[in-house]
Amino acid sequence: MKKLKLFLGGVLSVLMLAGFKPLATNYFQGTDSGIGILILLFLVLVPLLFVLGFLFVQFKIVLNKFQQTRRYHYDFNKLLKELNPKQWQNILQTPKKKCKGNCNGSCLKKTLVFVILGMGSVQYLMAQDGSPTSSSFFSQPGIIITVILLLIPLFLGALFFIHKAIRYIKNRINEKNEVFAQKFSDELQTNLDNNKESLLALKTKQTSVLDETNSTIETDDSKSILENVSDLPQTNFTAFKKKATKRPQLDPDVTKLILWYLGCGAFWLFLGGLIGEYVGIKFVVPEVDQMSWLSFGRLRPVHTNIVFWGWASLSMIGLGIYVVPTVSNTKLYSIKWGWIALVCTNIMIIAGTISLLLGVNNGGGEFREYIWPIMAFFAVALLLTLANFILTVAKRTTHEIYISNWYIISAIIFTVIVALTAYLPFWQDGVSETIVQGYFMHSGVGMWFTLYTLGLLYYFIPQQLNKPIYAYSLGILAFWTQIIFYTVIGTHHFVFAPIPWWLQTVGIVGSAGMIIPVVAATINYSMTFKGQWNKVANSYTLPFFLVPVMYYFIVSMQGTAEAFKFTNLLWHFTDFTVAHAHLGFYGIITFALWGGVYAIVPRLTGNEPPQHLVGVHFWLAFIGILFYTIPLSIGSTLRGLSWMKGDPFIDSVEMMFEWWLWRAIGGSLMFISHIIFAYNFYKMCIKDVEVVNIKDKAFELLMKNK
Amino acid sequence: MNIFNDHKKLYPIAGLLFLCLTLMVVILPALDSQKNNAPLPGSKPLTALERQGKLIYISEGCVACHSQQVRNVAMDKIWGSRPGLAADYANIGRTSIWQNTATLMGTERTGPDLTDVGNRQPSQDWNLMHLYNPRIVVQQSIMPSYHWLFELKDNPDSTEIIVPVPASFLNGKKGKVVATENALALVAYLKSLKQVPLPSTMQPNAFLMADALASNEKSSGGQANEAVDGKKLYTTYCQTCHQENGEGLKGAYPPLKGSAVVTGNNLDLYIDIIMNGYDARAEYGVMSAVGVNANFTEKEVAAIINYERTSWGNKGQEVKPEDIKKIVDFVKLKAQAQ
Repeated sequence: MKKLKLFLGGVLSVLMLAGFKPLATNYFQGTDSGIGILILLFLVLVPLLFVLGFLFVQFKIVLNKFQQTRRYHYDFNKLLKELNPKQWQNILQTPKKKCKGNCNGSCLKKTLVFVILGMGSVQYLMAQDGSPTSSSFFSQPGIIITVILLLIPLFLGALFFIHKAIRYIKNRINEKNEVFAQKFSDELQTNLDNNKESLLALKTKQTSVLDETNSTIETDDSKSILENVSDLPQTNFTAFKKKATKRPQLDPDVTKLILWYLGCGAFWLFLGGLIGEYVGIKFVVPEVDQMSWLSFGRLRPVHTNIVFWGWASLSMIGLGIYVVPTVSNTKLYSIKWGWIALVCTNIMIIAGTISLLLGVNNGGGEFREYIWPIMAFFAVALLLTLANFILTVAKRTTHEIYISNWYIISAIIFTVIVALTAYLPFWQDGVSETIVQGYFMHSGVGMWFTLYTLGLLYYFIPQQLNKPIYAYSLGILAFWTQIIFYTVIGTHHFVFAPIPWWLQTVGIVGSAGMIIPVVAATINYSMTFKGQWNKVANSYTLPFFLVPVMYYFIVSMQGTAEAFKFTNLLWHFTDFTVAHAHLGFYGIITFALWGGVYAIVPRLTGNEPPQHLVGVHFWLAFIGILFYTIPLSIGSTLRGLSWMKGDPFIDSVEMMFEWWLWRAIGGSLMFISHIIFAYNFYKMCIKDVEVVNIKDKAFELLMKNK
Repeated sequence: MNIFNDHKKLYPIAGLLFLCLTLMVVILPALDSQKNNAPLPGSKPLTALERQGKLIYISEGCVACHSQQVRNVAMDKIWGSRPGLAADYANIGRTSIWQNTATLMGTERTGPDLTDVGNRQPSQDWNLMHLYNPRIVVQQSIMPSYHWLFELKDNPDSTEIIVPVPASFLNGKKGKVVATENALALVAYLKSLKQVPLPSTMQPNAFLMADALASNEKSSGGQANEAVDGKKLYTTYCQTCHQENGEGLKGAYPPLKGSAVVTGNNLDLYIDIIMNGYDARAEYGVMSAVGVNANFTEKEVAAIINYERTSWGNKGQEVKPEDIKKIVDFVKLKAQAQ
């Protein structure tokens, strides 16, 4: 059945695609950058169409079932005849007792409005798809891209509504089935009480037929061996991964807080990624739009700030709320402070985004584009989180402070210092602004994101591998050297700029010193993995932790190499820095955070994400970042060489076109992976609605009466 | 190790270490360079209009693509006549109570460096056209259009500044493109971006790393010290106005294709125009002192002349650097006299 669904979904998508392709070809005739946009269009829309088709088929199947249920009439004898031996066994063990009949579960009721709205949006979608064919207005690349961007939320809306509709219908089926189940269970009870002999007679008649499968042995399927058994010959397209281990339940209030942090993070990742994708497209098609608030200069900081504060910071704090108390073997000090910090951070991002779009910014320092009244909200959030974590550690029941908590809490302390240094006005005039800027943008990354994430990895990697970290002493070495070297190297962003030469030298020398903490931490993590590689293949979370370990080494060493004098000539001011920043922020931080989310949310909610979609998420993101960074690095190197040779500047702009195009393609893959991540997160938070089996439910009720 | 078991020791120690390092590499050097710094004698503070323009420059996020720093490395020579100094930024204080100082040094050069753009491209018309749609003057540009700094009017006043936008860039819209006050302010700011000449007692810093560039060129197969390439020079210094096809822009910049000055024999006038600019023809925009600003030698002037005389169907007589050395020196003196 499942295979059939998949097949139908595929066929439907291909059909939709086939209808779409000639349209798309029409769009692009006569435009200069047609092929690139065509690829982008396919990359964004095809997976969405595929998912839409798949969901639509599912919807049809459920609808069919619903109609069957409506035609279905309750028949005690028929149900009785369909019982299996185990169920018979249960009946006969049930004592005579009257049911009190208060056992039916409450049902989620969703209004029909959702469904109607959902259908409406699908209609609208179809109209949007077809209409722009004839007019030449719609052959403008800018218009096409804007239409696509408008279509994306509509598609997502359609997906959401179909999904909701399926849930609604399943719930309606269940309402009816539960009534039947109640009735059946009552009637069985009555029969047991009054008329056991006739039931027994019926039983003997049936068990003779079913004797061979008559087994009363309870099965233990905690490793889901039996669940995957099938008597049909079939091919598995994806490997089955181990399920999350069940853990004692956390306080529901803390669970809710963590889920809100991570949920907000997933939302900002989606939005920040979308804006990043759009900004990337602007390199290839500069005339996409002519609206002031969507212009490149305003939108670029919107993208960077959303992914920094919205996605990464919120997710980091959310995971910290789980990790910090867990490794201290105690409870979070204050849930309320957690909520206040969450609200403050979100206010900061919303206000900051709006102000940047309106053209209000702090004056051009990268990553400190939000003006101070807005950034003040984040300061409140940081201080509250810091107090919350320190007080949690203070009441720990373990003797030692686990290594994760050195990193996580120090990261917050340092970030407070970094933010104050960057925003206090007393030492910012003239080139001093540049000295502070170098320190800020470097320490913002290294002291907040990297240090905190390393702390998370010190918890998640041993925990997911079920073995202790390789060496505490390496952790200590990495911790102190990271502080000493990382702090002093901010000026390597301004080598050859008119700031004191001794500062630049310190920056370059410190960059070389970074080899110590980086190698120490890399050894520590990879030696923890040693001997456990088979677990990586069987887990859907561990790959997400392996990627950041690898990239932590690669990106940090690349940073060291970039700080040298010659490489500054070659790569400074080019997009090589952009590629490097994405490698670090995506390869290290984002992957580690994803891993953390997939590791703890199933433990908090008891719901697994769809495993094959986790795989799709991983590979799209991973291939996406490769497509993003490798071409961009090559292109930027060529650009740097052209500058060094003294070629005309405009030639290097022209030369970058294809590399920027590849970057946009990689960015599209990354963006799609964010959509899948958001969906997976949603699936982990919401319990699937299963259609109730009348007989099973009846027995459940009957047992309750025991 | 007791320190790792006691949160009252671990976090204060780590925090203090970090704070000390921050003081050492950021706060103290920043305070120091703030104190021991003064603007160069020749530098002028921004006028009200230029300041308004700078605020627009900040607000539009121009710094995302344009740096404002000439590094002391040889490859940055094209962006200014000398490496930047801390004194160049000494005038810049806090922007407003809400906004931090904006030195606008930048970390990206998706577009050209603008430290000295006021000398390189002083024409208001060119800048306005370029802001309205960069692709009018630089075909390959990927800079955004800033339409919201302009208005379309059917009957503009005589006091308003009309931008000569070619009809093909109006997308079928009717009317004249008029620059708003913000556009004029931004252009005023861009024109004010000029490296201040050093006082005669000061020697400029040297441009470093020239040997690294040269050795790189050798190793990458290029020939160092090769004769200067006229086409490259033309692309860098001339093409934004006279265009790749040498036809100029109607109503703004004259064609060089078939031009009497280019193909004729009056080398004195030709070289004077290249070095000191030209403003003798009312129907076209003003040309700045391209050659003097870029400090052309007779070799480079000859290369440009020869490229222009042999391209786009032009058939002029080629010149040798040594033949025109006298004229170049003479027009340079003329520039100093002015």
